[in-house]
Amino acid sequence: MRRKISVAIIIIVCFLLQSTLFKALSFASISPNLLVVVTAAFGFMRGKKEGMFIGFFSGMLMDIFFGSILGFYALEYMYIGYFNGFFRKQFFPDDIKLPLILIGVSDVLYNLGVYVLRFFFRGKFQIGYFMLHIVIPELVYTLLVTIVLYFIILKINQHLEQMEKRSAKKFV
Amino acid sequence: MKRKSKFKIPSKYILLVLTVLCVGIMYVSFTMNLGGGPLNTVAGTVFGPMQRGINQVGSWITDKADNLKKLKDVTAENKELKKQVNELTSELNTIKLEQYELDNLRELLDLDKQYPDYDKVAANVIGKDTGNWFSTFIIDKGSKDGIKKDANVIAGSGLVGIVIDVGPHYAKVRSIIDDISSVYGQVLSTSDNCTVNGDLQMMTESQTIKLKNLQDHDDKVKVGDQIVTSNVSSKFLQGILVGYISELKTDANNLTKSGSVTPAVDFEHLQEVLVILDTKKGWSETE
Repeated sequence: MRRKISVAIIIIVCFLLQSTLFKALSFASISPNLLVVVTAAFGFMRGKKEGMFIGFFSGMLMDIFFGSILGFYALEYMYIGYFNGFFRKQFFPDDIKLPLILIGVSDVLYNLGVYVLRFFFRGKFQIGYFMLHIVIPELVYTLLVTIVLYFIILKINQHLEQMEKRSAKKFV
Repeated sequence: MKRKSKFKIPSKYILLVLTVLCVGIMYVSFTMNLGGGPLNTVAGTVFGPMQRGINQVGSWITDKADNLKKLKDVTAENKELKKQVNELTSELNTIKLEQYELDNLRELLDLDKQYPDYDKVAANVIGKDTGNWFSTFIIDKGSKDGIKKDANVIAGSGLVGIVIDVGPHYAKVRSIIDDISSVYGQVLSTSDNCTVNGDLQMMTESQTIKLKNLQDHDDKVKVGDQIVTSNVSSKFLQGILVGYISELKTDANNLTKSGSVTPAVDFEHLQEVLVILDTKKGWSETE
């Protein structure tokens, strides 16, 4: 229960920051994607199922406020969370290389998904242009933010895991 | 504490179920053109105040930072400005005379106000699209303030966009620079119709939007002409300034022209907007 509330708060705070503060701090009208960081991070820290649910709810939040088709972002984020869950066994908290790579790949795939489904099918075929001007800048900015945000999420997760262990011991 | 049950559903089945659910919702919202319905209302009520709060903190910080930065320059500027005031005062007097003359001439020409006064409500932008692909935003006024779906949104004198979804205390606005936005426009000087489409690529490249299907058989339309919303538009009220033509060329078909329009509104620094409460009630609308 404590975990659920904490995760919900993380999602809400990131969503709010992403739609307000980071829009004001955007470089060349590109802003980072915090929710991808949250979804991917919980995916590889906690596994497929949790990543999937966190992705689903993050995406749903975006759908409700900014989506034109309900369920679209939810679907994308859900798969991001799920596939990051496959890397749980390779994940070590001290190593930041794997998280950076995973979050980077997730962000690119997410944007490619948006591009293919929402732009390519409407006849906007300039993929090179969009890669260079939307996807790559967002990737760079997101990775910069990740370095800070990832450690915050990591610390919160470790704290939660410790507390869960403690309360589990009480029952033994 | 709840004990974990022994029977666990494998996560891939949950994924499958949720995928089907998402696709289902997408299908329903796409075909029936539903927004979020009650979900929207609940979410808007919860998140609206929070977004407003963060935005206030954000603009407060920017304000304070600006203040500090400026304080140094202010003294130097003050001196210069005082000098300017003297110059400008004399200039103003001549202009006042000219203005008076202009007013008289206008009266003679009977140039009445070109557009009727619409009922408007001012609103703050409290959240912008979290992604970088689309350009929608949320304002802090909703159906309780009289805003309806398809209400036009303006800022200053230019068109910003259209309300696509409305909750009790918030409304979702799609701006005209959004890649899927399309507006029927007309050139103010010649009344030639055209369409104005948002275009992500042109927006990032040159801060312009796309002008298409301009029928200008007499070759009278020039770069710099004003584009306003057209009377044939089913959603936009007539005569709202969209922008200025910044580029124009004849299409390959030799019948129509296309080019680019510089929007009249600065979308990068959009904070306050006006929502026109009267919506255009017309024939059944298409996007």
